Amino acid sequence: MYAYDELDRTLINERVSEFRDQVKRRLSGELTEDEFKMLRLQNGVYLQLHAYMFRVAIPYGTLSSKQLRRLAHVGRRYDRGYGHFTTRQNIQFNWIKLSDLPDALADLADVGIHAMQTSGNNMRNVTSDQWAGVAPGEVEDPRIWSEILRQHTTLHPEFSFLPRKFKIAITASEHDRAAIKVHDIGLRLHKNADGETGFEVLVGGGLGRTPFIGKTIKPFVLGRDILSYVEAILRVYNQYGRRDNIYKARIKILVHELGIEKFSREVDEEWKQMDGGGLTLDHSVVEEVRSRFSYPPYEKLPHMPDELKQAAADPLFERWRKNSVAPHKVQGYSIVTLSLKPVGGPPGDATADQMDAVADLADKYSFGEIRVGHEQNLALPHVAKRDLPKLWRALDRLGLATPNVNLVTDIIACPGLDYCSLANARSIPIAQELTRRFANHDTAEMIGRLHINISGCINACGHHHVGHIGILGVEKNGEEFYQITIGGRADEHAQMGELIGPAVPYAEVADVIEDIVEAYLALRDRPGELFVDTVKRLGVEPFKERVYATR
Amino acid sequence: MPLVKNARIATDLFVHVADGAELPGDGDVLVSAQRLLDDPETLLKRPGKVGVVWPNNRAVDDLVPHLNRLAAVALVFPSFRDGRAYSQARLLRERHGYDGELRATGQVLRDQFVFMVRAGFDAFDVKKDADADAFAETVKRYSVFYQPTGDGRVAAFNRRMQLRHSESAGQ
Repeated sequence: MYAYDELDRTLINERVSEFRDQVKRRLSGELTEDEFKMLRLQNGVYLQLHAYMFRVAIPYGTLSSKQLRRLAHVGRRYDRGYGHFTTRQNIQFNWIKLSDLPDALADLADVGIHAMQTSGNNMRNVTSDQWAGVAPGEVEDPRIWSEILRQHTTLHPEFSFLPRKFKIAITASEHDRAAIKVHDIGLRLHKNADGETGFEVLVGGGLGRTPFIGKTIKPFVLGRDILSYVEAILRVYNQYGRRDNIYKARIKILVHELGIEKFSREVDEEWKQMDGGGLTLDHSVVEEVRSRFSYPPYEKLPHMPDELKQAAADPLFERWRKNSVAPHKVQGYSIVTLSLKPVGGPPGDATADQMDAVADLADKYSFGEIRVGHEQNLALPHVAKRDLPKLWRALDRLGLATPNVNLVTDIIACPGLDYCSLANARSIPIAQELTRRFANHDTAEMIGRLHINISGCINACGHHHVGHIGILGVEKNGEEFYQITIGGRADEHAQMGELIGPAVPYAEVADVIEDIVEAYLALRDRPGELFVDTVKRLGVEPFKERVYATR
Repeated sequence: MPLVKNARIATDLFVHVADGAELPGDGDVLVSAQRLLDDPETLLKRPGKVGVVWPNNRAVDDLVPHLNRLAAVALVFPSFRDGRAYSQARLLRERHGYDGELRATGQVLRDQFVFMVRAGFDAFDVKKDADADAFAETVKRYSVFYQPTGDGRVAAFNRRMQLRHSESAGQ
């Protein structure tokens, strides 16, 4: 965990007081909606279809039990008793009153949580691997650098009014759980031949209406230079990014139009002039941030405790364990994923009661720490293996032990037309229907790892382009239709999915997905071949044929 | 639009001279970038100070050769959403050492003052009277800053190191 100090706490409180004043001026009419819009967005407040929506940052996905309890409190006190975890390590509350927002923010500030820059044309919440600090084989804990970047990008006086939003993601593992290739800037922590730690810097990735995979702009930037390098990229973007058309304003368009070589020359030119300036990070500064991350006092535990051996006789436990429990860097411990994807439920939703209960379980079994991943699930990062059976029984009672992590019903979905004013089609009911279709665990397990991602519009909050199966809602003559792509992925081999054919109406989506899955089962060369690998090997044609032959 | 300078409402001594209009015989004038670049010598020879309104879509590199003879540079915020002038301001102050008046013009509202001050602006053509009145109070809103910029304030990373130093020195 990271501990905020007096400076961090002061800044958050000053921000709350500023926003309280801004809300007051809006309510009195002193500020027009146009003027206020930018200010509320910078504090995570959207005006949605039915109400204000409030998006709270969970920097690099780490929460303490105290913080999670406070999120539950906000859900209960100011909203309708639940929250929605998003694909960007945020939580959203959908039914909040404008006049309550300053109080909600103040309650959160008490425990070191804020909503700064979770929206607006500025640098958004820095995201990272939800297993940071506990994943085996990681170069180092990427949250140290995420936190340095979080601070540097917060209320940045030069980059708070960029051409468009700007997202940075960091990973330090070989397996990329932070989807860095589809961010404006992706950072991969690694060591060079001399054993120094630094970053591969990717730029210009993103989804939305013009999806791009990020390109490597520098294979290695030393840790001490990362702020100046990021600042150089931002400065070039701030000056040359398009502002005439919001659809062409993201950095990916600038990188695409200039070409990565020219763009990188511009950045280098800028960077050269900053060299050695105030942004170079002293070793002591990095160590100071590192020192404020604390790690649990792990015990020396056996790799295979008796409790686990005994529980293995229970097939239901085993099913959950195989699915939800991942290796930890410390022997005798595990990382446990809590599925927020129950059969028939909206992906990523948690009730206030569930949040409180997870906080209690974190205190009991995970040194008071919780993680939030971009797949819209939670995780307990430090569970002693001997506690797994007890934890499983407790999670099961809460409806948080659905053994479907990474399986076909572990669906990523945006809120869609049920909540969002941008959406053209519903997402949640499609996800709900699919979880019912594939509810049989044995079938799901036979299918294996398969990610379905659903977006209710072209803005791609559900990351449909990088779903193994992507579903994109579009509107045709007032009706909901869905385009289906296959073969996308968001990991270290990230690529965009390919369209299989014409969009299909709402009522047919679940059938089409079943057809695709059946085609895969018939086409894969062996039970272990992942869906996405079969698509890579065979292309979309055989799937297209299966889906459209009878339609 | 009230002008705020040195944290208080001030009289604008610069006369804005439109392109093509005749220059007054003396007194301080504010001219367009084009006018400055077309004939800097005539402008700078006359009695009175010269300031320039520099558009936000033109690199400040072209302005740099004239900087040391200018008394004011006005940068433009055509809307409060367009933040290009923040970069220009920092470049002029921090990279090119400009120490004359740096004025924010256009859609200048109180909620941007802190960002503007930190980027190096010291004069503000404020859109609303109430915002101009609130200037002194508004710029004091924050006491902690995470980024080092040219405004001389110590950023949090370094302040922590200083605090640690003084703590250990006091022990």
